[in-house]
Amino acid sequence: MSTRTIKVDYLARVEGEGAMHVTVEDGRVSTCELRIFEPPRFFEAFLRGREYAEAPDITARICGICPIAYQMSAVHAMEDIFGVRVDGPLRALRRLIYCGEWIESHVLHVYMLHAPDFLGYESAIEMARDHPDLVRQGLRLKKIGNDLMTLVGGREIHPINVRVGGFYRLPRRRELETLRADLEWGVQAAEATVRWASGLDFPDFEQDYEFVALRHPHEYPFNEGRLVSSAGLDIPIEAFDAHFEEIHVPHSTSLHARLRARGNYFVGPLARYNLNFDRLSPRVQAAAREAGLAGGCRNPFQSIVVRALEVLHAYEEALAIIDTYVEPDAPVVDYQVRAGTGHGCTEAPRGICYHRYTVGADGLISDAVIVPPTSQNQPTIENDLRHFVERHLEEDDERLQWLCEQAIRNYDPCISCSCHFLDLTVERR
Amino acid sequence: MSNAHSRPKLAVWKFASCDGCQLSLLDCEDELLAVADAIEIANFPEASRAVVAGPYDLSLVEGSITTPHDAERIRDIRAQSKTLVTIGACATAGGIQALRNGADVEAFTRIVYAHPEYIATLSESSPIADHVAVDFELRGCPISKTQLVEVISAFLAGRRPVTPAHSVCVECKLRGTVCVMVAHGTPCLGPATHAGCGAICPAYDRGCYGCFGPMETPNAAALDARWGELGADRARRERVYRTFNAGAPAFRDAAARIAAAEDEKS
Repeated sequence: MSTRTIKVDYLARVEGEGAMHVTVEDGRVSTCELRIFEPPRFFEAFLRGREYAEAPDITARICGICPIAYQMSAVHAMEDIFGVRVDGPLRALRRLIYCGEWIESHVLHVYMLHAPDFLGYESAIEMARDHPDLVRQGLRLKKIGNDLMTLVGGREIHPINVRVGGFYRLPRRRELETLRADLEWGVQAAEATVRWASGLDFPDFEQDYEFVALRHPHEYPFNEGRLVSSAGLDIPIEAFDAHFEEIHVPHSTSLHARLRARGNYFVGPLARYNLNFDRLSPRVQAAAREAGLAGGCRNPFQSIVVRALEVLHAYEEALAIIDTYVEPDAPVVDYQVRAGTGHGCTEAPRGICYHRYTVGADGLISDAVIVPPTSQNQPTIENDLRHFVERHLEEDDERLQWLCEQAIRNYDPCISCSCHFLDLTVERR
Repeated sequence: MSNAHSRPKLAVWKFASCDGCQLSLLDCEDELLAVADAIEIANFPEASRAVVAGPYDLSLVEGSITTPHDAERIRDIRAQSKTLVTIGACATAGGIQALRNGADVEAFTRIVYAHPEYIATLSESSPIADHVAVDFELRGCPISKTQLVEVISAFLAGRRPVTPAHSVCVECKLRGTVCVMVAHGTPCLGPATHAGCGAICPAYDRGCYGCFGPMETPNAAALDARWGELGADRARRERVYRTFNAGAPAFRDAAARIAAAEDEKS
């Protein structure tokens, strides 16, 4: 019997600590694990006994790259409990800060984590020696996303301005106007990014995925919508628990999420894009057509193009919000604390981020459940690896290992997030 | 480009954390390529799959020690590092993970995980300095990227970084922010909190919540009395010290004192 092991002990250019281990026996993959050894981080336990108002600040600390996703899911869940709706300009400002997070997170991934795989560099810094203009374009695109986070949120990592019912302080119209010229440049640069990314070489690889994302009646989804899937799921977010489950596997400090009825599913940019193409602006749709993806995209290696399309969307959306912004009278809407259980589900850059809290009449949290995007994608990533390795056994170990890493990076896994949560080994027997 | 052999070697290490502090380095969009020119990024998995073997001239360490394996790993990193700088509240004070300290971690594991037997974790989250010698500590949850650039520049110049240990109050005055506690009666932890963020929260009409940890000589007792006068109940006053720097001695003691005072009354 011949055995071959392909492994990476510490995956690079992902957020957090993980490894990959694949064993091939007589030309078949026998085990395939995305090992997550990021230490357990117990956030749901820490939240018990804390006041509802602390949830956005505490849950932000789950992830330095997508803190807004946690803050938004938390505040929406609390507002669900208290029966309050945040509308008008306050709602628009929440979308604006989310645009900043999508831009900062997606551009980091497109240019600094994923692009070096396609161009054959170990890092963006090495890539910058041969492609200085490309890397500088990425850095500026990313910086503008961070500037947006900083202006609306106070700072780019763990913003301080988001609260249940709205914000602490409202940005002035003239402050938002200072971003206009950069955002206008960003729309052009994001279009150029789509064109550049669509010209890369992609391995031919598609699986039969079930995509899951939010869907809103009028908008490309950020904070609100029903949970829908490519297999016909269409439920309110309150029904998350009835349709999804989390299971605990030995090789991961991240829980794996599954659809109770059908198992693995896929969240993130590809899912949003395939389920909400009709909600994108004419300009983004035109860029998608030019990139050859108007009919949808099922190849996770092409996620770099879809992220670029979402960056374009976020830049356009941010400009539109600034154009129509009217300063509201108050930064926060009135609400009364009451006991109950509430749900929040928003579209983090990496996919849906679901929160459920139970709060007592005293405003204290008695129970918290948080399902981050990467724990939902983890079984799908393993399934991709298994099929990808079986189709590319002719490659030597070094090449196969790099391709496998790339297959994992397709999902922009955020491992810190998922620990409640990576390392790569392919073993050939 | 400068000669690769003469550039100091930088390594970035992660323990239990959110990645935010090391992300701060990648968030230095204007400085990153210049930094990469002046120093060799020898081991930084979040940014590069290339690993240059140690020893390293400068190690930046993010995160707290929470597992038996990590307690071993940090000793190995120290042995390979000429200068070791801890970055952020997790590495300098145990971070939010220190909320487990003194609590029933087995119960926590049962709350989060279906199979607690798969999980190896320590009962306490401890700062790096509890395990190995640390040359410099950079505070914050998250750190300030301006201060990070200062630390790297100071290291390259062979001098001590300039990161003032006074309170957030001084930063409010420098920024021209009206005191939220005096003017609006908003409880603020600024008087007891280490500077570095630039006093963001008061500039956004909210009280400081202490994410940079204690200043060098905080008068937490006097501040706590003021919080009480402003209507903050005992539980809230205790919680504010038990958040992102719960394991920092001055904040840990403040929380314990507030809890004990209440026990005496009842």
